[in-house]
Amino acid sequence: MTQTTPDAPVRRQRAQVKVRTLRTDRWWLTPFLTFLGLSSFLVYGVWAIIDNSIFVDPYIAPFASPCLAEVTCPEGARLFGWAPIGDWYTLSPGLLILALPGGFRLTCYYYRKSYYRSFWLSPPACAVQEPHGKYTGERRFPLIMQNVHRYFFYAAILIGLILAWDAVLALVHKPLGLGTWILIVNAILINAYTLSCHSCRHITAGRLNHFSRHPLRYRAWTFVSKLNAKHQPLAWASMFSVMGADLYVRLVAKGIIAFPYA
Amino acid sequence: MSYKAKFKVWRGEGGEGKLEDFTVEVNEGEVVLDIIHRLQATQAPDLAVRWNCKAGKCGSCSMEINGKPRLGCMTRMSTFSEDETITVTPMRTFPVIKDLVTDVSYNYQKAREVQSFTPPSSVRPGEYRMKQVDVERSQEFRKCIECFMCNNVCHVIRDHEENKTNFSGPRFLMRIAELDMHPYDVADRQDAAQEEHGLGYCNITKCCTEVCPEHIKITDNALIPMKERVVDRRYDPLVWLGNKIFRRGDNGK
Repeated sequence: MTQTTPDAPVRRQRAQVKVRTLRTDRWWLTPFLTFLGLSSFLVYGVWAIIDNSIFVDPYIAPFASPCLAEVTCPEGARLFGWAPIGDWYTLSPGLLILALPGGFRLTCYYYRKSYYRSFWLSPPACAVQEPHGKYTGERRFPLIMQNVHRYFFYAAILIGLILAWDAVLALVHKPLGLGTWILIVNAILINAYTLSCHSCRHITAGRLNHFSRHPLRYRAWTFVSKLNAKHQPLAWASMFSVMGADLYVRLVAKGIIAFPYA
Repeated sequence: MSYKAKFKVWRGEGGEGKLEDFTVEVNEGEVVLDIIHRLQATQAPDLAVRWNCKAGKCGSCSMEINGKPRLGCMTRMSTFSEDETITVTPMRTFPVIKDLVTDVSYNYQKAREVQSFTPPSSVRPGEYRMKQVDVERSQEFRKCIECFMCNNVCHVIRDHEENKTNFSGPRFLMRIAELDMHPYDVADRQDAAQEEHGLGYCNITKCCTEVCPEHIKITDNALIPMKERVVDRRYDPLVWLGNKIFRRGDNGK
């Protein structure tokens, strides 16, 4: 009979399987596609910071909104005509604000999963051995900073409202413009992604233990929970929509896209 | 309709061992555990496998089938092609006793380390009154059948044996979340989750959720909410200030 006492030597070792994984499916495909998708977003973001074609009346490129600089923001591009950053600032207006939505996505629970898997390979896929000799998780600097996610969420709410305002302005001034509807779809997806955030779910009522004492917050939590179940598809949809909308506005501003209802 | 399937099954004791080849009959409607039983009956009478209910409810027959943690009794043979070689190994995170049977006592040790349900001293048994909405979240976690596949697949301990001391795994972090969300539990579980049970090790890569045979949303409904509660307690100055100003003893919950 096999011994089962703690000191029995036969119990001490795992199965000495010498391969990294025995999975036979294409486990590498998802992290590979994720790597390509997130990389394209990073590359586009760098280009968008360098590029200055941010505005063509009534459209403003989402990567540059809100446009807060005096020198580099055309008058119609400024939020409520306001340019709180004075004329001393001459760099890209996107540089001023991209850290907020960028930080929101960087610390997002879904994106964390996706880049830990696809960039850091920790792990690349379930039941596939990671290549690192040591693992400490999110307990130490810098990864302990992931806990600031809720502050980026507050900022992302503001950014989402501003993008919605930009879409409303475009609708008022050019209701039949293709760009208007691209900005509207983008604003809906960005706000849906923001509201589906796990921190939002926690703040609405997730932190409570007595839902029955807070019926309104419980209803809000129920709504956010439904959105939260779609957090991953909303993350991708809003990422591609913001890139697509931004590129569209810039191409119109450059005159590369030019047709009557552009 | 039956056919002959090719199997590779881990054989050995205490970790030492190798994959042995078998060709075995498969009939319509069978699951992997049926095939393992047929191997026992016809070719390998000493093949060790732990099983019990054969209905996906006891959590005994956890194993790795083609590298993926699965319940043997819930993995239909019809999900594989007839010419596919099926590899069956024991759970990789736990020590092997014999063949497909692992020693899962790590999990029982971690279970004992979780403080049990702690109601307020002013409430006596029989006096608990709570509404369904208040306990619904915790009830999802009660579906757990303790197959320990979530702990098996979690890379924190699967790839780093040294972390077993400080990390309780998704199963027991979920248990802590279940108790922390309970309207009548007053124990301080948030600091314990972070300090004693290693919640900070979790990098929410969701493998625990992917393998759960009960489809419990472990990451989204237990681990991330617990992480957010820990942020309330330890990392959010605004929540800390609000609790001081409004004198909310239990974080206003």
